[in-house]
Amino acid sequence: MALLEIRNLAVEFATARGRFRAVDGVDVTIDEGEILCVVGESGSGKSVSMLAVMGLIAWPGRVTADVMRFAGTDLLGLPSRQRRKLVGKDMAMVFQEPMSSLNPCYPVGWQIAEALRAHNAVAKPKVRDRVVELLDQVGIPAPASRMGAFPHQLSGGMNQRVMIAMAIACNPRLLIADEPTTALDVTIQKQILDLLISLQKQGGMALALITHDMGVVAETAQRVQVMYAGQMVEEQLTDSLFSAPRHPYTAALLDALPERAMGRARLPTIPGVVPGIDDRPSGCLFNPRCRFVQERCLTTPPQLEGPAGARARCHTPLDAAGQPTGVAA
Amino acid sequence: MLRFLLRRVTLIIPTFVGVTFLSFMLIHLVPGDPIEVRVGEHGIAPERLAQLRHEFGLDQPLWQQFLTYEVQLAHGDLGVSVVTRDTVWNEFTTLFPATVELAVCAIIFAMVVGLPLGVIAAVRRGSAFDYGLMGLSVTGASMPIFWWGLMVILVFSVSLGWTPVSGRISDIYFVEPWSGFMLVDCWFADEAGACASAWGHLILPMIVLGTIPLATIARMTRSSMLEVLNEDYIRTARAKGLSVPRVVVVHALRNALIPVVTVIGLSVSSLLGGAILTETIFSWPGVGHWLVESIQRRDYPVLQGGTLLVAVLVILVNLGVDVTYSFLNPRIRR
Repeated sequence: MALLEIRNLAVEFATARGRFRAVDGVDVTIDEGEILCVVGESGSGKSVSMLAVMGLIAWPGRVTADVMRFAGTDLLGLPSRQRRKLVGKDMAMVFQEPMSSLNPCYPVGWQIAEALRAHNAVAKPKVRDRVVELLDQVGIPAPASRMGAFPHQLSGGMNQRVMIAMAIACNPRLLIADEPTTALDVTIQKQILDLLISLQKQGGMALALITHDMGVVAETAQRVQVMYAGQMVEEQLTDSLFSAPRHPYTAALLDALPERAMGRARLPTIPGVVPGIDDRPSGCLFNPRCRFVQERCLTTPPQLEGPAGARARCHTPLDAAGQPTGVAA
Repeated sequence: MLRFLLRRVTLIIPTFVGVTFLSFMLIHLVPGDPIEVRVGEHGIAPERLAQLRHEFGLDQPLWQQFLTYEVQLAHGDLGVSVVTRDTVWNEFTTLFPATVELAVCAIIFAMVVGLPLGVIAAVRRGSAFDYGLMGLSVTGASMPIFWWGLMVILVFSVSLGWTPVSGRISDIYFVEPWSGFMLVDCWFADEAGACASAWGHLILPMIVLGTIPLATIARMTRSSMLEVLNEDYIRTARAKGLSVPRVVVVHALRNALIPVVTVIGLSVSSLLGGAILTETIFSWPGVGHWLVESIQRRDYPVLQGGTLLVAVLVILVNLGVDVTYSFLNPRIRR
């Protein structure tokens, strides 16, 4: 049985012009001990869908789903008190901005200890030892002396390590990392990613990594979900995704990788931008930017179809040669 | 921290000189002197007037009077009231506890009521409670104190008869003025009913004086909380699975308090200068009342000395605020 199973997730926000669906019809399945990558441009709903899993969508946002199950527990019907017992303990999250994600008023050791105390993860006298152990585990030098440091006294990379220590404090079964390296410089990015993956291997926890870096995806993930404008457009195993993307959007994203554009004068780009609140097209949301756009793409929204583990939200999914299928000649 | 305190305390000295200079010059700009005011319309012989002026050193050039005063101050002598012939220090220390008692109670009242209201309004922003409270707080902050004080007396003292109208304690009690703080003295006085009477006298001026700080604190807390509640670290706190009260109080309020403490400190220092209107309405024997009278009587030593002492207190309170600030905000701790 999957650790996390979500069917048809939708997140809506009230705006001045009515309700806006930031996330629509997203399915997420994560198995125990698996690494799943969620990729997509800014504003594609990656973060929002994972915040919804954590129950962190604040009022007036509204989360709906057909199924939302974590380790056999139905999250939808769960009272918030029960939900809080899961959040931070069995599922934890690391955020994008380490410098602003830690409370500036408290020492980092205290903030990690708070996570332990909130879930009674270890006996009270052992909290301190556990914090030192965690700081050591995430690679912070001289952990015992860093416990009393405030976030402003540490670098961004160190703060992100603290965030990770906090997230893994209660040995979660699922760790969600929301672009954990975006705010860091390149050498630190690599260290943090390696740390996350080694922790995932040691602890056997599942890791959901949100990113927009295809290089990261290729190196880390077993399975990939591609998001576009709040919808999941493709889901594949990593290897086959890179060799044979089925959705034109995925194919275009891969074409835009500098590594794949060697020898060309110009780096291919995807024309246009992700549609915003007001300018969502009818039919397929990707149609204004798609190379293979057809008549029915403009009118009929495609459904997520295909064999399990290789589904795409496209009327004419691409074949192994990168050509659209099912197009009337 | 010690060095920080030392530097701040040293800065008091130039402030002293500035305050004495200003209060000295301003009161001397006002026509008339203590002797003329006491003599009144009837007048006395010019020789006697000159003699009295000479006695008080008022016939000397202004700069010399100022220098004499400064030298006297440097020796720790605040001078003697021209009117009562009692030392300024004595008069001040007799009256000041009443002012402190009222100011401290008013500010505690404002904090105890204002902080939770502001927090609740921020957490439930956009609700009827929020709009209602913010409407009330604008009303509170813009209420003329003399009117508000009289209305409160009219309703609670005159119509309902719940509290006495004025003073600090009923005449039927005699309480040894041990500390000067009526509530403390009554506590130790061991006289049944004295405490209740002291509270009864205090409660209305406390509410009246606390109204404006209360409104300001509630508004500041609300806006500061709204800002903090959107911060990333609040999301982190929620992601730990903490309860809502813990997120709001431990994680949000602690950060939101930083600007609020400044407002509270400013209120305290302005209240210590004597809440002139409130003290007058409730016949509260504090320094505000005393200073206003000293202006009318041209009682130079009282006015100058009293102003100086109040200024010192304001400086000390601000220092206290800065220290509190550095405890709340580790980023400015040195």
